[in-house]
Amino acid sequence: MGYAIAVQELTKRYGDVTAVDHISFEVKEGEVFGFLGPNGAGKTTTIRILTGLIKPDEGRAFVAGYDVFKNPVEAKQRIGVVPEISNAYVDLTAWENLILIGKLYDMPSQRLKENAINLLREFGLYGVKDKLVRTFSKGMKQKLLLCMALVNDPEVLFLDEPTSGLDVESARFLREKIVQYNKDGKTIFLSTHNMEEANQLCHRIAIINHGRIAAIDTPENLRAQSMELQYIEVVFNGIVDAREFSENPSITKVVSVGNKMCIYTADPCAVIELLVEYAKRNNLRILSLNTMMPSLEDVFLKLVRGKEVATQ
Amino acid sequence: MSGLARQFKRSLVIAEKNIKIYYLKGPVILFGLVFPLFLALAYIIGRNISLKEFLPGLIGMTAFFTATSVGPSIVPWETRSKTLERLLCCPVAMSAIIVGDMFSSFIFGSIISIIPLALTLFLGIQPLNFMMLLLGLIIANLCFAALSVLLSAYPPTDVPATSMMLSSLVKFPLVFISGVFVPVEQLPPWGVTIASISPLTYFTDMVRQLFLNRGFYPLVLDFIALVAFTTAFTFAAIKLHEKTLAKRLS
Repeated sequence: MGYAIAVQELTKRYGDVTAVDHISFEVKEGEVFGFLGPNGAGKTTTIRILTGLIKPDEGRAFVAGYDVFKNPVEAKQRIGVVPEISNAYVDLTAWENLILIGKLYDMPSQRLKENAINLLREFGLYGVKDKLVRTFSKGMKQKLLLCMALVNDPEVLFLDEPTSGLDVESARFLREKIVQYNKDGKTIFLSTHNMEEANQLCHRIAIINHGRIAAIDTPENLRAQSMELQYIEVVFNGIVDAREFSENPSITKVVSVGNKMCIYTADPCAVIELLVEYAKRNNLRILSLNTMMPSLEDVFLKLVRGKEVATQ
Repeated sequence: MSGLARQFKRSLVIAEKNIKIYYLKGPVILFGLVFPLFLALAYIIGRNISLKEFLPGLIGMTAFFTATSVGPSIVPWETRSKTLERLLCCPVAMSAIIVGDMFSSFIFGSIISIIPLALTLFLGIQPLNFMMLLLGLIIANLCFAALSVLLSAYPPTDVPATSMMLSSLVKFPLVFISGVFVPVEQLPPWGVTIASISPLTYFTDMVRQLFLNRGFYPLVLDFIALVAFTTAFTFAAIKLHEKTLAKRLS
């Protein structure tokens, strides 16, 4: 399997600020690749470079086998882009927007019309195809943007925060479409703030912070790398002082909320034994006991904050 | 199809889009017709000027003001609405976008400037050579369209009003130094020198020559100058827009 996207030592500076700092990664064909990072981390700059909008100061990038800077037209011919901010022409109808984009991709007229009709039907916009986009809701605009990105049947889709600000139903609909188009063979480069979305959709995730890649791996492996973030959530039938456990060497942190305690540990087995012993000794009952794996959000915050501490 | 031909085809698609969005609006068309007419009327009322003397100036001003009316605002407007990014994500070169913007200004300017030309013919005022006048009108509209896109290149703003204001600062002085109201032969030597740097001078001179059989420059020079200005403006517009693109998108 080849690479749909290959990035080597990509760097972009704006004056004194290095927005993207020597990043390198590959995205396999047919992969959903998540790109996570806090605001200003360099996500949108990276997408803009990969989609040929801006030139980097250093490094190389290949999309669908083409050098984005040496052969921008060939590379762009094979991509579809849903940007962070809606940018359909609001003074054109949905149909006119799709036809415009298709013509810019040099699509044969008959194929373009067939694709446009099929996409508008699939995304539930066929009934409003002759209405101006300015009358559309945010969800409808976002669906249209995805239609515009798909009209040329691209190999690689770049999606920058595609479900941001959408209602639950529209967001779920778009996520289902992302899964469907990925199953149909499209490579998807997904930038998102939504950890659950990244967890659900992505085969691999890159976390970018301060313009540098902090980690790249599958969501499961990223979580496994941060086992110190797993914790045991326990509820006793009485109030327990958290300090009873905080001295234990296998426990890293205890957070107490009401009669619920979250005990962070790299050795959950030993801590469970300890809790059961403690309950017996003090005539307490354990009402609930759950072992919680670190969430992707926990891993993300650890990586981002860790970097911040290191750079201070 | 070669890469250049494909980009040219995309320029035509962009021009079609521009006409739909920016030009086929009542106020824009009215501006193109009414503004030059009122400017011309303001000049001739109370003066002893014949229709034949007045019409070449009106044709010149109509072509100039219509072909440059919307062009300066398109790129800033599309920068603000992020549609410029949309276009650039497609396999479209910046030069194709600029040429597309030029074409739409050219088509609008050409269609509107046919109206005073038709009025002239309707009133029985015949040019010495109609085909040459038509060719001149086409080149002049291309030249003014290229100027209009050039006017939006710097500063790389996303505020259309800024661009329109700056373009007015260039356009209005040009009208007054280009022999529209006072023929070039009646200007003092310094006036002739200043007039020679304006493309409108050569078009007005050409129209005057073709209607009144008297002009300041040889007809061939008028054509050469218009072609040279068109080439220079087009080249400068493409290069400047390419140069300022990164700043515009940041």
